[in-house]
Amino acid sequence: MAGYLFGFMALAAFVAAFLGAARGRSKRFAATEKTHSRPIYHGLNAAIWTGVPAFVFLLLWLLFQNSVIDMLVIGSYPGADSLSGSEKNLLISEIRQVAAGSVFREPTPEITAAVAHLKSLQALSSWAMLAVVAALVAVGAFLGIRAIQTRYPARHSVERSVTWFMMFSSLVAILTTAGIVLSLVYEALQFFARVPATEFLFGLRWEPQIAIRADQVAGQGAFGMIPVLFGTFAVSALAMAVAIPTGILSAIYLTEYANERFRAVVKPLLEILAGIPTIVYGFFAVLTVAPLVRSLGLSIGIDSAPNSALAAGGVMGIMLIPFISSLSDDAFAAVPRAIREGSFALGATKGETIRKVLLPAALPGIVGGVLLALSRAVGETMIVVMAAGLIAKMTLNPFESVTTVTVQIVTLLIGDSEFDNPKTLAAFALGLVLFIITLGLNLIALRTVRKYREKY
Amino acid sequence: MNIMTEAAVEQKVQAGLNEPAVKMKGESVDVHYGEKQALFGVNLDIRENQVTALIGPSGCGKSTFLRCLNRMNDTIDIARVSGKITLDGEDVYDPKIDVVELRARVGMVFQKPNPFPKSIYENVAYGPRIHGLTKNRAELDGIVESSLKKAALWNEVKDRLNESGTGLSGGQQQRLCIARAIAVSPEVILMDEPCSALDPIATAKVEELIDELRENYTIVIVTHSMQQAARVSQRTAMFHIGYLVEEGATEKMFTNPDDKRTQDYITGRFG
Amino acid sequence: MATTDTIGGSPTAARPPVVWNSEEMAKRRKARYGADRRLQIYGMVAIAFALGFLAVLIGTLTFTGYRAFTQSMVTIDIDFSAAELNRDDLMDANWRTIFRQAVLDDVGELSRSEERDYFSMFTSSAPFLIRDQIIADPSILDGRATFMVPMSDPIDQLAKGLVNTDLPENQRRVNDKQVELFNQLKEKGAVTQPFNWALFLNADSRFPELAGLSGAISGSFWLLLVCFLISFPVGIAAAIYLEEFAPKNRFTDLIEININNLAAVPSVVFGLLGLAVFLGWFGLPRSAPLVGGMVLALMTLPTIIIVTRAALTSVPSSIREAALGIGASKHEAIFHHILPLSMPSIMTGTIIGLAQALGETAPLLLIGMNAFITSPPAGVLEASTALPTQIYIWADSPERGFVARTSAAILVLLGFLVLMNGIAIFLRQRFERRW
Repeated sequence: MAGYLFGFMALAAFVAAFLGAARGRSKRFAATEKTHSRPIYHGLNAAIWTGVPAFVFLLLWLLFQNSVIDMLVIGSYPGADSLSGSEKNLLISEIRQVAAGSVFREPTPEITAAVAHLKSLQALSSWAMLAVVAALVAVGAFLGIRAIQTRYPARHSVERSVTWFMMFSSLVAILTTAGIVLSLVYEALQFFARVPATEFLFGLRWEPQIAIRADQVAGQGAFGMIPVLFGTFAVSALAMAVAIPTGILSAIYLTEYANERFRAVVKPLLEILAGIPTIVYGFFAVLTVAPLVRSLGLSIGIDSAPNSALAAGGVMGIMLIPFISSLSDDAFAAVPRAIREGSFALGATKGETIRKVLLPAALPGIVGGVLLALSRAVGETMIVVMAAGLIAKMTLNPFESVTTVTVQIVTLLIGDSEFDNPKTLAAFALGLVLFIITLGLNLIALRTVRKYREKY
Repeated sequence: MNIMTEAAVEQKVQAGLNEPAVKMKGESVDVHYGEKQALFGVNLDIRENQVTALIGPSGCGKSTFLRCLNRMNDTIDIARVSGKITLDGEDVYDPKIDVVELRARVGMVFQKPNPFPKSIYENVAYGPRIHGLTKNRAELDGIVESSLKKAALWNEVKDRLNESGTGLSGGQQQRLCIARAIAVSPEVILMDEPCSALDPIATAKVEELIDELRENYTIVIVTHSMQQAARVSQRTAMFHIGYLVEEGATEKMFTNPDDKRTQDYITGRFG
Repeated sequence: MATTDTIGGSPTAARPPVVWNSEEMAKRRKARYGADRRLQIYGMVAIAFALGFLAVLIGTLTFTGYRAFTQSMVTIDIDFSAAELNRDDLMDANWRTIFRQAVLDDVGELSRSEERDYFSMFTSSAPFLIRDQIIADPSILDGRATFMVPMSDPIDQLAKGLVNTDLPENQRRVNDKQVELFNQLKEKGAVTQPFNWALFLNADSRFPELAGLSGAISGSFWLLLVCFLISFPVGIAAAIYLEEFAPKNRFTDLIEININNLAAVPSVVFGLLGLAVFLGWFGLPRSAPLVGGMVLALMTLPTIIIVTRAALTSVPSSIREAALGIGASKHEAIFHHILPLSMPSIMTGTIIGLAQALGETAPLLLIGMNAFITSPPAGVLEASTALPTQIYIWADSPERGFVARTSAAILVLLGFLVLMNGIAIFLRQRFERRW
């Protein structure tokens, strides 16, 4: 239905464009004075009048219709006020299922009544939608075409609409951030209403697998995020331990030692490492690296978990090599040639020039890159979901298994989730923590890199 | 060629017997940058404890020749040098010669001041450190102080040795670079238009410094400014599109050059 | 300008000349060159490590995955003229009996338990495969016909030589009788290993021998379509506004910082946004490519904005001035001249952004695109999986056959990425201008 409506609107806009352009052309020929705008702009203007209001209306209608209908149905359901959020959700999905024709047991009379109500509302809604869209298209087309006059500034009108669209588009980025912050904060506040914030922030136990229904057997539940955060930074530290030396050394070799041809071949190859989806790394970590790490651990007499922090962190580190390498590369390349020559002219070897002059000079740029990579490591999800553990443990032994913020978010939310139990909400609280940490790292990193760029 | 030898002979006659010893010598030096030849058979002597100025219009090869003297052209991949350049009679392009040692003995100051983004102290101490010229911190402090004094910078910076070298003014930066070069006690200092990025007052300071430094070092300076060459140098070599046109005592070059091109250049008809 | 500095021969300057050619100095220089060479070697080792890892990664995936591109099939011959079946109701006819009888004809007498082992050597939906083929073409029923039926996962492993028959029987998933029966079938020439078209034509299944990627591929297609339709126009519009129209004030500064920051927000956070806002507040359907595409569009947007702005600034201002000079409006100068000239770079950046979106997994997991769905989605509102989430599902499945299939699915995903990046590189080299 909605699909056809979109098609109808597009068609109507097209027709309006042609009519408008034709009318504009006839005005132009008939006019004794110069027309303000070319016919194409009259056409475009008519099309905008015809299509855009209806399009915006339809979009908003589709976004909100389900929620509104659900609210109305639930509102008229006897005794719905006493139901909790999840019960309401269950109820509404049952009503919808019955309405869709999949009946597993005989519905209660209340349900049957609600289904009838739902169906009538849905019918009403689609007729109303159709009527409003048709009216908007008709009125828009009428106004848009009637407006065409010799001196009508159609170009200004079109350009104004385009500018509005562009302004709105640039706001999307702000709206996205606002959406992220609002949704995370909102759900996290719900969480803190059930679990005290102090327990979450400072608690040393993380056992979120609590019972959702009364008949389930599960732990008591504990929501202290410290061990999860600890695991996140343990894995990130291992990743950085691999990525920082490898990345910087390869950047040094590529910018200072390698010849042009070597560089032209190797640099894109290194970039491939950054282009491989993280799920591929995750699978590779499970398939190959984790067993290797485990047998390595066992061979040196350390009891190793099959999903060790080392396997996850090591593979993640390799994924991060190109980030650090290409940002260090930029940082080295930004150091002026004159400074290198100054060092060579004093009789320094290449290695001395790199270690004692270039590295300190490029350090801010490299640090910025390292911070960006760290932010990526903290937020990286698929590698750890597949290769790290689920149990929150505070251990410094890299052969043991730890869990991370992202792993917990995914495991808590995977499958069907309801928005009103602490288990689900905990994921949003963790998400908020993750967002704040990465935001801080990103801002510092971007600032460092920018300052460095200004210096040279 | 003929003119040059004659000029050299004449020069010798004029200069009399107290002619200083030859420190560096270039013999039929050719330089190619890729396909392009930048220098054609240059023969030039650099004399001890004198300032030799290399002059000529842009792109004439004077900087190229300068960069051959301490093999800085090695850092440009496409540059190829042939011919013979000697330092105290030793061929500097001999494979046995260590370029690191050569550059310590033949220091260089660049067109644009290029202090390292480190403290003033570290800038000067860098050379002695990498070459291992000192045994302890006190000795290093001594070298830093004496080098800064020789570069006439000590009084201006002695209270802020730990501040960044890049925070100094242009003229101070250039003198810091000179101090940096002096700190490894080179025998020859090459200067590639050291004043072109400086204002007149800073230029005067550096020129004065060059004159003082002549006492202990052999100096080769590339300059665009005729007046500067006249002011600071004892000998002048004139380059033109890759050829050495004429070479001789500065006084003579500026008053009575043998070659017409030199005369035209000095009097400002081209360049 | 004689300062108070003591110049030249000051007392502190009385340094002995450096003896460069001393033994000690030569030794020192040797050590310095050694350090230089070591640094160079470390650099080479680092590069070799990274590239070696890349090679091992691709190598391992190819090695474990290539087998999934073939599937062991058995050819069976059925004589329908003799078969008893209800020709009026083909859908519910006794296909199971017909199939079992046909395969039993290929081997000798079997005991009851042996029969059970034997039937389990073929995919359990073999009768339905035969049924579907006949419903598509009922004329097959008139005489004899041959069918190719996939063998079940353990036998497929056996056929590919992945089962060690020297192990004791209870330590492998294929028993001795099955090995014997398999060899019988093989000697008769009934077993073949053709290219595994099902990998591309089938949707997901619980049985590895039937599982394919068509659902995931079409899901990813819808995702990318939605992502492109949103992020491309919005990204370009935002970039033009910020680059050409926006006043320079604190608000536009904020937008810029915001865009740079969004580009570095972890993908899982975008998943949380999709879950809370699109599913929770707007009530859009779970697992739908529409929602996934919207989330991916928000993630791709910063990339497109950044590349578009770079492309716009690289067009020389003389072109803008030329257009304005002959009386074009600012909009006309941008949309007629500057934007078309920067289009190749924008397209290149967009394709690279879409390639990144194709590999994103975490946000799709959170909005439920890891559901078990056995048919490809017909539109953007139907539940669906995507290539990366399909890989995640298969990687989690215990059957041996899924290991190879996961690797194969990764190879398919990487193939798409190589293709997209190849197009991007081609566009860059063919059309991009250097001003």
